[in-house]
Amino acid sequence: MKDEVDSREDRVANLKGMGCSRKRVEDARFTQGKGNYVDDVKLDGMLFGDFVRSPYAHARIKSIDTEAALKVKGVLAVLTAKDLEPLGLHWMPTLAGDKQMVLADGKVLFQGQEVAFVVAEDRYAAADGIEAVEVEYEELEVIVDPFKAMESDVVLREDLVAEDGSLPDGAHGPRKHHNHIFTWEAGDKEPTEEVIANAEVVAEESMYYHRTHPCPLETCGCVASMDKVNGKLTLWGTFQAPHAIRTVVSLISGIEEHNIRVISPDIGGGFGNKVGAYPGYVCSVVASIVTGKPVKWIEDRMDNLMTTAFARDYWMKGRISATKEGKITGLHCHVTADHGGFDACADPTKFPAGFMNICTGSYDIPTAFLEVDGVYTNKAPGGVSYRCSFRVTEAVYFIERMIEVLAIELNMDAAELRRINFIKKEQFPYTAALGWEYDSGDYHTAWDKALKTVDYEGLRAEQAQRVEDFKAGKTRSLMGIGLSFFTEIVGAGPVKNCDILGLGMFDSCEIRIHPTGSAIARLGTISQGQGHATTFAQILASEIGLPADSITIEEGDTDTAPYGLGTYGSRSTPVAGAATAMAGRKIRAKAQMIAAYLLEVHDDDVEFDVDRFVVKGAPERFKTMKEIAFAAYNQAIPGIEPGLEAVSYYDPPNMTYPFGAYICVMDIDVDTGVTDIRRFYALDDCGTRINPMIIEGQVHGGLTEALAVALGQEIAYDDMGNVKTGTLMDFFLPTAWEVPNYETDYTVTPSPHHPIGAKGVGESPHVGGVPCFSNAVQDAFRAFGNRHTNMPHDHWRIWKTANELGLHD
Amino acid sequence: MIPAAFEYYRPKDMAGVLSILEEHGDDARVMAGGHSLIPMMKLRMADVPHLIDLQDVGGMSDIAVTADSIRIGAMVTQHDIIDHDGLASAAPILREAALQIADPQVRYMGTVGGNVANGDPGNDMPGLMQCLDAAFTVVGAEGERDIPARDFYEAAYMTAREDEEVLTAVMIPAPQGGYAYEKQKRKIGDYATAAAAVQIVKDGGSCVSASIAMTNLSDTPIYSEDAGAALVGTSVDDAAIKAAIAAMLGDIDPTEDNRGPVAFKKHVAGVILRRAIERAWSRA
Amino acid sequence: MSKKQHYTITVNGKEEEFLAEPRELLIYTLRERLNITGPHIGCETSHCGACTVTIDGKSVKACTMFVAQADGKGITTIEGIGGPDDLHPLQNAFKEHHGLQCGYCTPGMITRATKLLEENPNPTEEEIRFGMAGNICRCTGYQNIVKSIQAAAAEMSAAKEAAE
Repeated sequence: MKDEVDSREDRVANLKGMGCSRKRVEDARFTQGKGNYVDDVKLDGMLFGDFVRSPYAHARIKSIDTEAALKVKGVLAVLTAKDLEPLGLHWMPTLAGDKQMVLADGKVLFQGQEVAFVVAEDRYAAADGIEAVEVEYEELEVIVDPFKAMESDVVLREDLVAEDGSLPDGAHGPRKHHNHIFTWEAGDKEPTEEVIANAEVVAEESMYYHRTHPCPLETCGCVASMDKVNGKLTLWGTFQAPHAIRTVVSLISGIEEHNIRVISPDIGGGFGNKVGAYPGYVCSVVASIVTGKPVKWIEDRMDNLMTTAFARDYWMKGRISATKEGKITGLHCHVTADHGGFDACADPTKFPAGFMNICTGSYDIPTAFLEVDGVYTNKAPGGVSYRCSFRVTEAVYFIERMIEVLAIELNMDAAELRRINFIKKEQFPYTAALGWEYDSGDYHTAWDKALKTVDYEGLRAEQAQRVEDFKAGKTRSLMGIGLSFFTEIVGAGPVKNCDILGLGMFDSCEIRIHPTGSAIARLGTISQGQGHATTFAQILASEIGLPADSITIEEGDTDTAPYGLGTYGSRSTPVAGAATAMAGRKIRAKAQMIAAYLLEVHDDDVEFDVDRFVVKGAPERFKTMKEIAFAAYNQAIPGIEPGLEAVSYYDPPNMTYPFGAYICVMDIDVDTGVTDIRRFYALDDCGTRINPMIIEGQVHGGLTEALAVALGQEIAYDDMGNVKTGTLMDFFLPTAWEVPNYETDYTVTPSPHHPIGAKGVGESPHVGGVPCFSNAVQDAFRAFGNRHTNMPHDHWRIWKTANELGLHD
Repeated sequence: MIPAAFEYYRPKDMAGVLSILEEHGDDARVMAGGHSLIPMMKLRMADVPHLIDLQDVGGMSDIAVTADSIRIGAMVTQHDIIDHDGLASAAPILREAALQIADPQVRYMGTVGGNVANGDPGNDMPGLMQCLDAAFTVVGAEGERDIPARDFYEAAYMTAREDEEVLTAVMIPAPQGGYAYEKQKRKIGDYATAAAAVQIVKDGGSCVSASIAMTNLSDTPIYSEDAGAALVGTSVDDAAIKAAIAAMLGDIDPTEDNRGPVAFKKHVAGVILRRAIERAWSRA
Repeated sequence: MSKKQHYTITVNGKEEEFLAEPRELLIYTLRERLNITGPHIGCETSHCGACTVTIDGKSVKACTMFVAQADGKGITTIEGIGGPDDLHPLQNAFKEHHGLQCGYCTPGMITRATKLLEENPNPTEEEIRFGMAGNICRCTGYQNIVKSIQAAAAEMSAAKEAAE
């Protein structure tokens, strides 16, 4: 046999296990046009459903006339709230403990809200049917500003006001006003106020993290097929959490969970957009039940941008205190969170503001307090984690801006200010003032490496010269150096504090080894481009000693995959990756017993070596995992049942805390506001690195989404609640032309509690990238008195900053 | 995004086009590449019961360059313009501008005729054609007539072309001197925040003629005669450029949109024009 | 609904005849009528390029063309560029250089790149970025797409030289 003569090194390489840049197994089908996305699903007799949507942001619905629409050739049915009401499906629960209209029940609360669902033979007839539905609206006063909402007499959610005018508690406790959703607190209020009141230096700043959208290239959609003969509902869809969707569908439809099969096929990017449950899913299911035929619903791009899953929209007010030398003593943060017409945030139940309480960042801040007020407005619901763990992008942006503002207040270098406040390596595990226990980190090493690589001192000297030249009239270009040091909190999460709708946020892996030494592993997660089929096989290869190329990874079919909470918040590697390793170890434990039997020694006398068990001290005596697999099925071994399978449900003991150091060098044309990213350096520490090629790809992608958000991507509304950025003409998705090359680097600080020490990486570059780009823009103007300006830093807003600083005079 | 139903026609000659136009009046629209019209139809912002596809009508896909003039058929695409070496040497501003329009795929389909005819103030070719003092040939039941580009645009989507007429060609007097097409946009595929087309003739260190037009800064392209005049007779020094910018700012009337407020657009228009003038002058 | 018309288009070398409404968008004709699901729908307003196909030698966004306009034309989609037994160098290079993640933009991206390399066999990085600017990718940040195209260009040039 070949492996018997291969060196140990060759045997390791042959596995393509952890640490190697294995090429992706997914790519063959994608590069040949053979991916299978939800819109590729085509069933016999399949119908097509689409929505009549409200042109108004706030209006009462006087009447809906579907008669003309039903006469349109090819239209079979038009559903309204009245049709769903007898089924109890005109409203549905949101992930945040609120409820949301499936179809407008008497009024609409945001532009684009679903009013009626037209079911037709094809897309064309559905579109014609939509045009023919007549809806009479009575316009109501529109509120798009959360601060005004908190003062207005206008009641957005009449369903949340009792008949006597009192306000029943919401899902997260008492409400202060009829447009208020919740108040959420973390940390110590009084001590924080005291520290800040007595501090030598205090910096204060208000910042708005604008509303944006994950906007994956594939929009959301589904195909619902009710098989009335067998009583079984099959639902294909763009679901980042297929099992959770199955449970939710079961709970709201009354169909027993075993009779529902949810399938997430290939997904064309998620970034948080595909976590929630949308009216389209419910209406498709109902339409399939009503018509007895499969029904497909696919959003168009405008629907996607206007109605499903916005992100951010946080108004943040901070105070940070320090000694004169720059040692931070306290942090206070208040957030007014604009949640739109319904609270449909995708956060763990106990965290209505997600993990915003990671906002002390990478710094040893002894005292802190956070308060978040959620508010209803006439905007689309959502509040998802766009390429980040729950609200971590907001938190990191907040602290990385506060650090910059404090540096200005102290007249100090912002890199040095960070350095003297970092949590020290020896302080880990570190319990932060707002409650989280950071697992591991070595921030100083990462920071020093980053600063040295880019020649930070040299950059600052060049920048100073540029300022001189600018003042002397020799140039109209300024130079910004953006710094960002972030700590992510990912891998939600420990069931003791993380659940969504009561579903614990564990994850799972089930492994079946075939007799000839290949395997299939199924997980509760679902890849949307992360390459799970490649990387999870690598984890397993290293754990069980079978080549990754011999391991199939399968996800996304609830009939076959073990229960799991899906893929978002960088939780796949921290949670399902851990489950994979643990299930692999169960396989290995049984294999050890089989090997010992075959080698006629005691279990303790064999040890695992890459792809085999060897007799301790006699490496020439061994059984390969391939041989063991065959024996597991085909040899009667006393006391050991046949087969080689394992299941692991992994409830992580803690979150993981990846971190990184990013530096951006940017030139800014003061006269036009045009930016040019000259250099971007990204050092990531995601613990153990499973596949460096994929990590690098994730970093490039996350940084590009960060660039977009920082420099122009927004969902903007006018005062009437009209969405001003409904197509890709105005919603900024950068092309290859607008994006720079990135330099990537790393350090490795394994997670001490994760079975393989991995921490997750997909979202770090977004979380750390946004403040880095933003800080670069703002840093360029620091010498001229700039403290803070809000994103997005598009041309005109940068121009406005320059203009207000008198740089055009 | 599904358009409303329409009747589709693909006539073989112009007589066929004109007879359909005559029959259906403003219920009919001609279409070349369709990259302006089809998105509008998909968004149901344009209602076109009768759609006339011009692709089989011959004689509109040629570029003819002579010593004193250039004729570009209406069906010539942006890609054709970029690809045409004779045109690039006779009127290099055309290539410079075309490369700044949309993206590669759209430039294969987007035509000169469509770009100048539909009157979208965001399109780049109308301002460019005004700068070059082009004339548009339109044909209707009454026959052919030429309309100067500088007289063609009346308001957004309103032009001097009658509903029953078809724009068939663009005639450009051979441009002289230095040129520049300068455009600021947010990203590939965007319309201009501000764009300037400049053509300058220099003789013995002074400017003998200058033509300036601006894009997406009013509801029509703006040919600023005064801006050009401000340069003539000068050495195109800072004072002359300032005067040209001031004249141009008097002619434009931008509106606020997602690209920014009016003050910003005016400022950028000035900056862009300065850069265009300086670049054109350096090439003159 | 308007009357269905008879159309003939040739897709990946195969002639297809069918009846359709003229307003049917070419992308739906390919995907739903002919089951050619490689080209995807991303933005519907001709910005993203996920639907890119080659029509009579031009890269075209199939979401912005009516089937009626395509009548009589020859169309190449990702399915016609290469398959398991005859992979195009670009298909291989995208895998080798991690030029894709979710895969949704990939068919349009590769289809566009074939045309780019046909017109410019040895593009610079800047020329690739400019020539691919009609295709949006949300996952990769483009860096590895550029690398993939450079690698394919080098491979194709080498193969051409060897053949000459």
